[in-house]
Amino acid sequence: MSSTTTGSTDAMVEIRSVHKRFGSLEVLRGIDLSVRTGEVTVVLGPSGSGKSTLLRTINHLEKVDHGWISVDGTLVGYRRDGDKLYELREREVLRQRTRIGFVFQNFNLFPHLTVLENIIEAPVAALGRPKKDAVAAADKLLARVGLADKAGAYPKQLSGGQQQRVAIARALALEPKLLLFDEPTSALDPELVGEVLDVIKDLALQGTTMIVVTHEIGFAREVADTVVFMDEGRIVEQGAPGDVLDRPEHERTRAFLSKVL
Amino acid sequence: MSAQTDIRPPSPPAPLAKSNDADRLRIVPVRRTGQRAAAVVALVLLALALNSVIRNEAFQWDVVADYFTTTAVLRGLGLTLWLTALVMVLGFALGTLLAVLRLSGNRVLQAVSWGYVWLFRSTPILVQLLFWFNIGALYPEILGVRTVNLLGPVTVAVIGLTLHEAAYAAEVVRGGILSVERGQIEAAQSLGLGPWRRLRRIVLPQAMRSIVPPAGNMLIGTLKGTSIVSIIAVQDLLYSVQLVYHRTYQVIPLLLVATIWYAVVTSLLGIGQHYIERHYARGTAGVR
Repeated sequence: MSSTTTGSTDAMVEIRSVHKRFGSLEVLRGIDLSVRTGEVTVVLGPSGSGKSTLLRTINHLEKVDHGWISVDGTLVGYRRDGDKLYELREREVLRQRTRIGFVFQNFNLFPHLTVLENIIEAPVAALGRPKKDAVAAADKLLARVGLADKAGAYPKQLSGGQQQRVAIARALALEPKLLLFDEPTSALDPELVGEVLDVIKDLALQGTTMIVVTHEIGFAREVADTVVFMDEGRIVEQGAPGDVLDRPEHERTRAFLSKVL
Repeated sequence: MSAQTDIRPPSPPAPLAKSNDADRLRIVPVRRTGQRAAAVVALVLLALALNSVIRNEAFQWDVVADYFTTTAVLRGLGLTLWLTALVMVLGFALGTLLAVLRLSGNRVLQAVSWGYVWLFRSTPILVQLLFWFNIGALYPEILGVRTVNLLGPVTVAVIGLTLHEAAYAAEVVRGGILSVERGQIEAAQSLGLGPWRRLRRIVLPQAMRSIVPPAGNMLIGTLKGTSIVSIIAVQDLLYSVQLVYHRTYQVIPLLLVATIWYAVVTSLLGIGQHYIERHYARGTAGVR
């Protein structure tokens, strides 16, 4: 019997027993995590704890060595048949990725394309939307991130904060079910962090399901439904921000928080 | 007070000039005597050379002028130009394919691409050309047609130059693709763009910035390099003037005709390259 669906109905993301190694280094050592639809999960942890790698496995930028991940009830990157997980062809993986938005630390905007061209590229090329519709949708998204007047600019003509807001608009253009943020403010000058976090907060208020890897503790406290603390490839503890940030149970969480707060 | 009082103010500057005469002072740059002498020597040598070129009757500038725009020379120039264009287009098409194979995940395809580049870069183009010219000795017939009839000198020139060009183009394109940040490809993958679209729309346009300068040099090199096909009697620019001077024995003036045409065309190509480079730099020369 073949099946692609798993799990309960209100979980947008389910991660079960995920392991990942790079050569001799085991980066993820058995991760279990559920993210409910409409919730914001913030992942904290020291660098090298595996949080970025975990995020990248969720849209199959990294393949897992063991375990599985499902998004919106569909296995990511694999098809299950009995006790076997068959790797999907690239075309099928790409189709899955159009339902998962990813925002990078370094924005990764396409420098040779204008802001508008960056945003409509995927809707037109990957989803086959008519260009006119994609442009109309892009204009609305740009207004939403406060950059309505920048459609014709090239990325390098924008500040870091503006570039990241364009990158968020580009991810939203595919109308994803889930948004993943990989340290979205780490490459920004301090005075530009706020404008990006405001956009992400706005998305959270509208009920977008998000997983955010960040070092911004204040943001986690304010926006997160769940805070996850990772260290050395494992989830050390997770819970409501008030619990994990103010009353951490584990010594490692306390040590980390005392350094960043 | 604190220890800061121990730090003495700097002593006042020596009274070099009266305070009110600054407007009258003239600044005298240092004399660069050596440079001036070298420039004079260079100018004298240049004048001597120019004088000999103009005065020396053997250059036969009138003959140069007579032949510069004759039909035979212009036909030769035309062949040189379209041969260059065709070899560049075909060479870069094949070279791009080889670069993509080399960067693919498939070990066999990587090895094939590597082997091709190795083979065609490690033998002289003259030898390759003579080899293709004599391919009939290896395969007297291709698909029932006599090889000699199928592959005329011009066809052999196109094939020989293209295969050689592709080996170099492959390396240039591969370097260009590798110069594109990994994050660009990951972003395109995250947006669900397929491999062909990623290559054509995201990677190659950015790779062009590193591809155009060496490709421009290759174009100029290829234009001049096509003169090698005169060895297999293809009537390019060089062979056309050779045909004339074999008849008239006016070797120097006719070589000058070819020389001037080559210089004119390469100069024009250099100007074109400047504008192409500017086109592919868009979005990077950002004004903040």
